[in-house]
Amino acid sequence: MDFQSCVTITKEWDIVGARQLGRDIAKKIGFGTVDQARIATAISELARNIYLYAGTGKICFETMDNLNSKGLRIIAIDNGPGIQDLTQVMTDGFSTSGGLGAGLPGVRRLMDEFDVHSQEGEGTEINVVKWLR
Amino acid sequence: MENQLFKVVLNHSDEIVRLWMDEVYKNREKDYTATISNELFESTNREFVNVIFSSIENHGQTNGIENFAERLIYLGWPLSYLTDGMQVFRRVTVHYILKQLDAIDVEMCMEIISGVDHWIDPIINQLVNEYSGSWEHTVSLQKLALQELSAPLIPVMDNITIMPLIGTIDTERAKLIMENLLNGVIKHRADVVLIDITGVPVVDTMVAHHIIQAAEAVRLIGSTCILVGIRPEIAQTIVNLGINLEKFPTKSSLKRGIETALELTNSKIVSISDNQQGIEEILDSLDRERGK
Repeated sequence: MDFQSCVTITKEWDIVGARQLGRDIAKKIGFGTVDQARIATAISELARNIYLYAGTGKICFETMDNLNSKGLRIIAIDNGPGIQDLTQVMTDGFSTSGGLGAGLPGVRRLMDEFDVHSQEGEGTEINVVKWLR
Repeated sequence: MENQLFKVVLNHSDEIVRLWMDEVYKNREKDYTATISNELFESTNREFVNVIFSSIENHGQTNGIENFAERLIYLGWPLSYLTDGMQVFRRVTVHYILKQLDAIDVEMCMEIISGVDHWIDPIINQLVNEYSGSWEHTVSLQKLALQELSAPLIPVMDNITIMPLIGTIDTERAKLIMENLLNGVIKHRADVVLIDITGVPVVDTMVAHHIIQAAEAVRLIGSTCILVGIRPEIAQTIVNLGINLEKFPTKSSLKRGIETALELTNSKIVSISDNQQGIEEILDSLDRERGK
């Protein structure tokens, strides 16, 4: 497991940068086009959440290389206001910004592993993994 | 004091230039200018040092720097060549002056350094400003160029209009898409408008949300919106995200979208050759009638 790289998110166009880097890494690992699109979309959602709700934060990528499986871990970290009610944000259709409310539940469905830690007032860390099959 | 410094530097300019050239050449090996031919490097260095000295001589009142920077920008030399060069010049000059003096106290040393800074800093500032100005100019031009590409609307037939989207959609562009779409639908009196997302790399909830809003707005002004160009992988991510696109028709390709649009507007594309055949058949049958 080696730590690869991080993209700092401060403006809207950083989302595109993070997505591009994530897609490149996914391609290198050997993901197919559909999974590349899934990964890019998940990064897009996570990065946009950082941009919209926390203002600044970062997206980190890590290639996972175990004996029997390969994968990509994406970690989204911010020091924003945190998430008040985790069950609520994981419900489809819940949004505080007038959006579709499909972001986080969508990311959970796009990826294989999904883990969120959030402390109100301190920030949020979301950790997702996609395994290569 | 400053005048004294001035004289020392100008009188020994040859010596300083020689020292500066040596330093710059030493730096050269490890960096960017390695691909530039020796002659060009040499002549640029000479010009650079002339520009520095003419600026010092004229107390910064010269447009030599501007012209020089403009040419280097045009040739694509990196800014670090200039800033490194200026730093080397500062170091060399201070060293040289200090060496000329027999006894130096701290105060004098400080004075010499600030005196040299006084010449060098305005030049560095101007060079950096020239460079960043040129970058800003390029960025703003590209932004304009992008905006021109951002949301075109193409009327293809009576009542049918297409908006092809290529590239990333951000908030600003989404707003433009909405405006152009609504204005265009009214201007072209379109009954059906096709939004083609073949060239959109990622459709996330934000992009989908904007498309849904645009389609709803189009519906409100009495037209139908068809979303076309949904690639298989995009279709899968939309399903995974759980986005509901049931409110308007969607098609895989522009071709099928146009077919649907034709159905919706009760029109049909008819091949002319078929038609001629039909006419010939009628003429034939008429001939046969006559022959009877």
